Amino acid sequence: MTGARLPGRRFRGLLRKEFVQIVRDPSSIAIALVMPIVLLLLIGYGISLDARDVRFGLVDENPSVESASLYHSFASTRYFRPTRFVDARQAEAALMRGDIAGFAVLRGDFARKVADPLQPAEIGIFVNGVDANNARVVIGYALGTIENWASAYRRHRGQKGAPAVTLEQRYWFNPEIRSANFIVPGLIAMVMTMIGALLTALVVAREWERGTMEAMMVSPASMPEIIISKLCAYFVLGLGGLAVSVGLGIFVFGVPFRGSFPVLLLMSSVFLVVSLAMGLVISTVARSQFVAAQLAFLITFMPALILSGMMFDIASMPGWLQAVTTVFAARYFVSGLQTLFLAGTVWPILLPDLLALVGFAVLFLGVAIARTRRSLE
Amino acid sequence: MAGPPPAVIIDGVVKRFGASTALQDVSAAIAPGAITGLVGPDGAGKTTLLRLIAGLLEPDAGSITVLGSDSVTGVARFQRDIGYMPQRSGLYEDLTVGENLRLCADLHELDDETRGERLAALLGFTRLSPFVNRLAGQLSGGMKQKLALATALLARPRLLLLDEPSAGVDPASRRELWRIVREMAGEGVAVIWSTTYLDEAERCDRFLLLQNGRLLASGAPESFTGGLSDRTFLLDLPDSGRHRAQRRAARHPAVADATIQGGSLRLVLRQGAAAPPPQALGAAALRPVRPRFEDAFVSLLQGDATAPDEEPAPGTVVPADGATIVAQDLTCDFGRFRAVDHVSFSVAPGEIFGLLGPNGAGKSTTFRMLCGLLEPTEGSARVAGVDLGRARAAARERIGYMSQRFSLYANLSVRDNLDFFSGVYGLSGSRRARRIAWATESFELGAVIDAEAGGLPLGFKQRLALACALLHEPRVLFLDEPTSGVDPLMRRAFWQRIGSLADQGVTILVTSHFMDEAEYCDRLGIVYAGKLIATGRPDELKRRFGGPGRAEPTLEDAFVALIDAHDDRAGARPS
Amino acid sequence: MWCRIRSLIVKEFLMLWKDRKSRFVLLVPPIIQLVLFANAATFEVRDVALGVWQEDRAGPATELVRRFTGSGTFRIAAAYDNPRAAEDDIAAQRVKAVLHVGQGFSADIAAGRPARLQLLLDGRRSNSALIIQNYAAAIIERFNLEHIPPGARGAGLEIQTRAWFNANFESRWFILPGLAVLLTMVATLLITALSVARERELGTFDQLLVTPLRPMEILVGKTAPALCVGFVEANVIAAIAVGAYGVPFVGDILLFDAGIVLFVLSAIGIGLVISSIAKTQQQAILGVFLLLSPFTVLSGFTTPIANMPQWCQALTYVNPIRYMIALSRGVFLQDLTWSLAWPMLWPMMVIAAVTLGYATWLFARKLQ
Repeated sequence: MTGARLPGRRFRGLLRKEFVQIVRDPSSIAIALVMPIVLLLLIGYGISLDARDVRFGLVDENPSVESASLYHSFASTRYFRPTRFVDARQAEAALMRGDIAGFAVLRGDFARKVADPLQPAEIGIFVNGVDANNARVVIGYALGTIENWASAYRRHRGQKGAPAVTLEQRYWFNPEIRSANFIVPGLIAMVMTMIGALLTALVVAREWERGTMEAMMVSPASMPEIIISKLCAYFVLGLGGLAVSVGLGIFVFGVPFRGSFPVLLLMSSVFLVVSLAMGLVISTVARSQFVAAQLAFLITFMPALILSGMMFDIASMPGWLQAVTTVFAARYFVSGLQTLFLAGTVWPILLPDLLALVGFAVLFLGVAIARTRRSLE
Repeated sequence: MAGPPPAVIIDGVVKRFGASTALQDVSAAIAPGAITGLVGPDGAGKTTLLRLIAGLLEPDAGSITVLGSDSVTGVARFQRDIGYMPQRSGLYEDLTVGENLRLCADLHELDDETRGERLAALLGFTRLSPFVNRLAGQLSGGMKQKLALATALLARPRLLLLDEPSAGVDPASRRELWRIVREMAGEGVAVIWSTTYLDEAERCDRFLLLQNGRLLASGAPESFTGGLSDRTFLLDLPDSGRHRAQRRAARHPAVADATIQGGSLRLVLRQGAAAPPPQALGAAALRPVRPRFEDAFVSLLQGDATAPDEEPAPGTVVPADGATIVAQDLTCDFGRFRAVDHVSFSVAPGEIFGLLGPNGAGKSTTFRMLCGLLEPTEGSARVAGVDLGRARAAARERIGYMSQRFSLYANLSVRDNLDFFSGVYGLSGSRRARRIAWATESFELGAVIDAEAGGLPLGFKQRLALACALLHEPRVLFLDEPTSGVDPLMRRAFWQRIGSLADQGVTILVTSHFMDEAEYCDRLGIVYAGKLIATGRPDELKRRFGGPGRAEPTLEDAFVALIDAHDDRAGARPS
Repeated sequence: MWCRIRSLIVKEFLMLWKDRKSRFVLLVPPIIQLVLFANAATFEVRDVALGVWQEDRAGPATELVRRFTGSGTFRIAAAYDNPRAAEDDIAAQRVKAVLHVGQGFSADIAAGRPARLQLLLDGRRSNSALIIQNYAAAIIERFNLEHIPPGARGAGLEIQTRAWFNANFESRWFILPGLAVLLTMVATLLITALSVARERELGTFDQLLVTPLRPMEILVGKTAPALCVGFVEANVIAAIAVGAYGVPFVGDILLFDAGIVLFVLSAIGIGLVISSIAKTQQQAILGVFLLLSPFTVLSGFTTPIANMPQWCQALTYVNPIRYMIALSRGVFLQDLTWSLAWPMLWPMMVIAAVTLGYATWLFARKLQ
């Protein structure tokens, strides 16, 4: 193999070829720049854990000033769009039909009991638990709304504040508790994984299918030259995709960015190398575009979606699965991005993540170069 | 033999892929300054051998010495000195002609001066200068091959490896490729030219003949054919019953090979056999002719094998009424591009009609319109008495179709394939059982009936494909390049079957870019640039267009002359 | 005609079974995804690492902290004596929340004054934060009930909450019935989209088109195997969900299967449209994934459709997965009746009719 005389005419020629191909082939630009936009917009808007305008029933068996004021509290938050029922059975039927997500029942003696300091007034909250997570969120909102109403009611009646323990909560990094704030940074990681792995896997598979790889191998170009020229070209394209994604995250989804941009650039660059090299490794295993696309999907996209902590908290998974997540690079990038966006440049988190990513980059690049020998066997 | 040392020495090379052996104990030496033809049918091991020489594969046993270095350990030493053109040309189709060449110059790190000079020289040499800024993907097949050759030649290689450079290329471009390569050989370059076309072997200085991974013969083509010089004859055939005459001749004990060549029959006699009286073969006289490479190949393959099988059992009996193909002003536009331009012809019952033309000339499009796969933009087609425009399904019941790639279901067994095709053609009950039994027996598929179709040897695949196309006893049979790349014995067996089908009244339409295949046809239509530029019997075409004064004009001569004349008229030829 | 169709169907099944690639696509990814989703896709929060900054060491304060550790949800990961250390730990994700018991907490309780308690939560994972806050609120609610005499509570409310159909908020209960639908979609789409594209790539499609088969017959032949595979796959995954992961199945299996048939038919229609447009298997598979990602996102599989912005919700109406996931969850968990299921059944019928009709038209145009 010829020595790695990289900065020569040959390398420049290879690089130029890759860029010309990128410019001429609309599909690689589409994958790198358009796909992130579409995916981010779609998933960013489509996947949200924040319940808004929940259709909620209020069964008011004996309408009163008190129940009307409670109804009004429900109606005035952005979380609920309440409907009034007079009979619990009607509300049950509506819940079965899926017309409402849950309902609260105020008994006929509600007004009387709520005014009597000695008798607690009972309120029943029933939600459709089919979507467990949503059910929990709705119950939380409903409890909060009722508590707020109750303390306002007490103040209004001149009762002194209840001498109970009150909980005061503060949400750090995400005071409005928007799920987009953690989903979007995770999403960027997922999109970058897809771009990197899919793009290189497809592009290299195409060279195999069209026989150009064979011609290239017989030329004096060495395998590291061929591989690194490819990486460089798609690295630039990937950075473009990253810029688009980050821009969308900050300006369209309004996710705050509290970290430092140089660190973001550093971390993303390393991750991009990881995912590009992963694509190369896939393409050395699978020499048809069909198998390459399958593999890229199975070993990069799925883990990035489920096992990276983008959606689901890794700490809540069973132990064996937590162990499995450690071998996927996306996990470290997701953690790093979520921190950079919401918390800032927190080195105790970023440093281990960065080191892990560098390790993956070295590993995959090494495997890619070792596996793509100048041989057809 | 004194002289310069060989460019490549192949010594006892064995190459296996899994359980199958691609090359078995091949030894040869490739001389510099000469064109060595690497000849053999598809799957013979040609590409594997070229890749071994280029150092892309490692031999399992034996060794290859390329320009003085070992092909495995010394790749770095000879890498700069070889030019390699893989089968699929290895061009970047989304780069322009100029960009492809420039990339190649960069890869070889040519300095600016040499680069400019070489690029100019090669563009002129290949006549590609007018197309420098055209994308390689938009070139015609012939031009693509020339460009690929130019990139392989850019760094002045000492060894040039060409993997089927002329496959599917029109005859004019083929001649140009030969001209360029011949010139390179003259400058001392060692050239290996792999091909399935046996006629190309005759143009080489030396040849290596591969079959099933074994080296069958090598040397100079003249010495290979030399032994046959007094055993090769041509005899004129009667207008009707050509196929019967051919079969009768093939069964004669003195005859090693009998093939139809237009209106004549080509005979190769067995070694030491006396020439049979021409009357015994139903002809007036035997004319001795110059033996061809194929003649030698066939007699080598046949060796002492017995004469080909007897008259195939008449499986199909078709009444010879108006079963025929009529194409009337067939025209097909793809967007603004007119692929087929007012093509008209008709085929009589029992006739074998060939559409001959290079890839991209419009013959496949014509063919697809005739078997109902494509709607003509203009014009009409009648097949087996049915107008395709009106009763397509009815027409399809009378059509048998066999495509170039033997489109069978590769992961189904032979029996599954037969079951499936008999079923979709609506055969049922005892007729279905009878036809499947007929196909199994007369195409000799019994031994492989439960094997996967995809794993069968080429010859079996071809027989199975033909069997599937004939299950429903069609009156018209469409064949798309049925025998390109198969070995000459298989081709003979195949055409013998086709001949007897034609005798039974089945009308046969063949497309081909392959001159040898065309010789088997009763009548030919030459398709070029979307137009039918000539029709006639093969002999007629050879005589009329093959060039005056030529002793034995070939179809290719006729073809090139016709195309030249057409281009002159059209005034479109770039040069 | 039946003879022709039967031959075609037999062939399609043989092809499917004998092709290694398609067997792989049908078996391996669904199994991996089933295991992954069943275990990883959870919004539950377990074993919360809690930091405690306790400035008051008196009895009530210590008891309250004990209640947190005794709840089984929280685990004390760190104790602080200043806010800086607590903040650092939250930022570095060593703890998910910090409970701050200020000075005078016990004194306030003893004096009958409102006692304040502070909970700092890591809001990065908003959903987890909300759930942790709910847990904390529940603990304090109980503490209050036991420590404050009823007469001193002011306008008291006694709130009871119940989640119907899934009282313990099991994530699996809603993930797995949805996953059965999603995986069925992937399998059917791939089979149908690839079957035509593969034949086109191998050249056998032309061979098929020159036979007397009519467009409708080819369509039926291509539909039957995908329908069988989709139907079996949905039922097998449902059985695994019930048998291995303990998801209840309270509804009518007939209703589930009826829904699956309609759903698979609409998926086949979509697959056939893709495959009649795609020229190669590569394009077909890309088309499937391009379609599948928005379909999955807009199906309500992970998060409720009601949370989406209006324009996104409008898009979900053309997505058959949306209806079948709702139907599947309904049948699994809430014993959905046929009449309640009707609003999910008819849109799938419409989608199936439109896509299958369009595919037939596309085929017919190619044939005639």
